[in-house]
Amino acid sequence: MTIMNFTKTILKNLFSKPATTKYPFVKKEYPEGTRGKVEIDIDSCIFCGICSRKCPPNVIEVNREKKEWKIDPFGCISCSACVYACPKKCLFMNQEYTAPAPQKTTNTFTKGE
Amino acid sequence: MSARSIVPFGPQHPVLPEPIHLDLVLEDETVIEAIPSIGFVHRGLEKLVEKKDFQDYVYVAERICGICSFIHGMGYCSAIESTMGIEVPRRAEYLRTIWGEMSRIHSHLLWLGLLADAFGFESLFMQSWKLREKILDMFEMTTGGRVIFSVNQIGGVKRDMDSDTLKLFIKIFDDMKKELTALTKAFLNDYSVNTRLKGVGILTKEKAHELGAVGPMMRSSGIEIDTRKLGYSAYNELDFQVITSPVGDSYARTEVRINEIFQSIEIIRQAAQKIPDTELSLVVKGFPSGEYFMRAEQPRGEAIYYVKGNGTKFLDRVRVRTPTFANLPSMLEVLKGCQLADVPTLILTIDPCISCTER
Repeated sequence: MTIMNFTKTILKNLFSKPATTKYPFVKKEYPEGTRGKVEIDIDSCIFCGICSRKCPPNVIEVNREKKEWKIDPFGCISCSACVYACPKKCLFMNQEYTAPAPQKTTNTFTKGE
Repeated sequence: MSARSIVPFGPQHPVLPEPIHLDLVLEDETVIEAIPSIGFVHRGLEKLVEKKDFQDYVYVAERICGICSFIHGMGYCSAIESTMGIEVPRRAEYLRTIWGEMSRIHSHLLWLGLLADAFGFESLFMQSWKLREKILDMFEMTTGGRVIFSVNQIGGVKRDMDSDTLKLFIKIFDDMKKELTALTKAFLNDYSVNTRLKGVGILTKEKAHELGAVGPMMRSSGIEIDTRKLGYSAYNELDFQVITSPVGDSYARTEVRINEIFQSIEIIRQAAQKIPDTELSLVVKGFPSGEYFMRAEQPRGEAIYYVKGNGTKFLDRVRVRTPTFANLPSMLEVLKGCQLADVPTLILTIDPCISCTER
C-alpha cells in the first residue's frame, strides 16, 4: 500500500498535450468505415424498394411511378441495412452524421429524365 | 436500539448512471435493509419481437443497452442460428470473439472510471475513460459505430478486419498495457482507494452461490464459473484461465475486473493469431422454429438469451436474462450492515446496468 501512487501520471499529464481535441476549431476526422448518414446516387437507382423493406425503423419511402426516393434522416438509425441490401449499390454511408436542425425534415431525391 | 429511519436513494443520484431506487432502512448510519424498486426505463423491447422481422430484431437486441450492445447482438444471433441449425463460418466466430472481448475491455474501463468517480478520485476516473476512448475509436474503425455496432447478422458478421488492422490493434493494446498497468496500480495499491474498498461489502462464497450471483461478482467470491468456458464462438480454441479471488470484498471485485482486462487483451492476441481465412457470412434461408437457450458471458456476467420461433418471420418470444438482474439479490445482501457512506461504492461494485435489466 503506497501513498502518492498517481504522482507520475499527474506530472506526465501536466507537461503533455491535452488528450481531448478542441472540437469546433479542430474537426474530428472520422475513420473510413464510420456509419454516419445514408446517401443515394439517385441516377443509378432502379426504385426496386428493397431498401425500404429492409429498413428496420421504416424511414425510407420509394415511389416507382414518381421516381422518388425519400428518407427521414432523423428517424434513421444508421444501421446500413439498406446499403447492404441495395442490388445496384447506389446507396452508401456518408461519414458525416446528420446535423442537428430545429425542425425534422424529409430528404427527397427525384430522378430526372 | 436507536430509532430506524428510511432514506430514499435514487432513482436520481450523482453516483448512478441509470435509474434504480432503493429505500435504505437505517439505524444510525448503518444500513439494516435495502428495498429496491426498478422499472424506470422499461421499453418493452421483448414484446417488440412480435412485430419485427427476426432479422431486423438484431438491431433492437443491440439497443437493449449501450455498453453490452455487441454481446447482446451476438447472443441473439447465436440463439437464432442454433434454432435454424446454421453453422457460422469460423472467421465470423473469431471476429465476434475479438469484438466481444473489446467490449469487455471498454465496459470494465468504464466501470473502473465510475468506481473512481464514486469514491471521489476524479483524476483516476478521467484516466480510465481516456483509455476507454481508444477502444471506442478502434470500434469505430472496424464496425463503423462507437456504441451501436450493427455488425452482427443472422449467419455471420457484416464487416471484416484485415490482417493490418489486427496487427495495428495488437500494437495499440501493447502500448495500452503500460498505461493500464500504471492506472491499475493506483486502484490496487493506493492507500486512499484501498481504505474505501478493502473489507467493504463482503459476499461469502456460500452466499454468492445461494443468491445466484453471476460474473465478476461471483468470481470475486471464489466461485470458478465463466460462461466463456462453454466454448461458444471461438472460445473453445482459445486458452484462458478463469480469474477468481477468494476474498469477496469490493477490492476483490476490482481486482478480478482489472485482471479480466489484461486477460481480454491476451485473448484478442491469441484470436488474432489463430483467425482462419473463411467467408464472413452465410445466406440464411427459411425461418426459425423451435426454441433455444444461449448463454453468453457479458462483461457483467452470464446473460441468457431465449428465443422461440414458430416457423414464420415473427418470433413467438424472446427473453433476455441479464447479469445485473441476477446480481441484484447479492447487492441487497452486501448492503446489509454497511455504512451509509459506502452505499454508492457497493451499488457500483456489482456494475449495475439498469437498461439491460429492464429492457
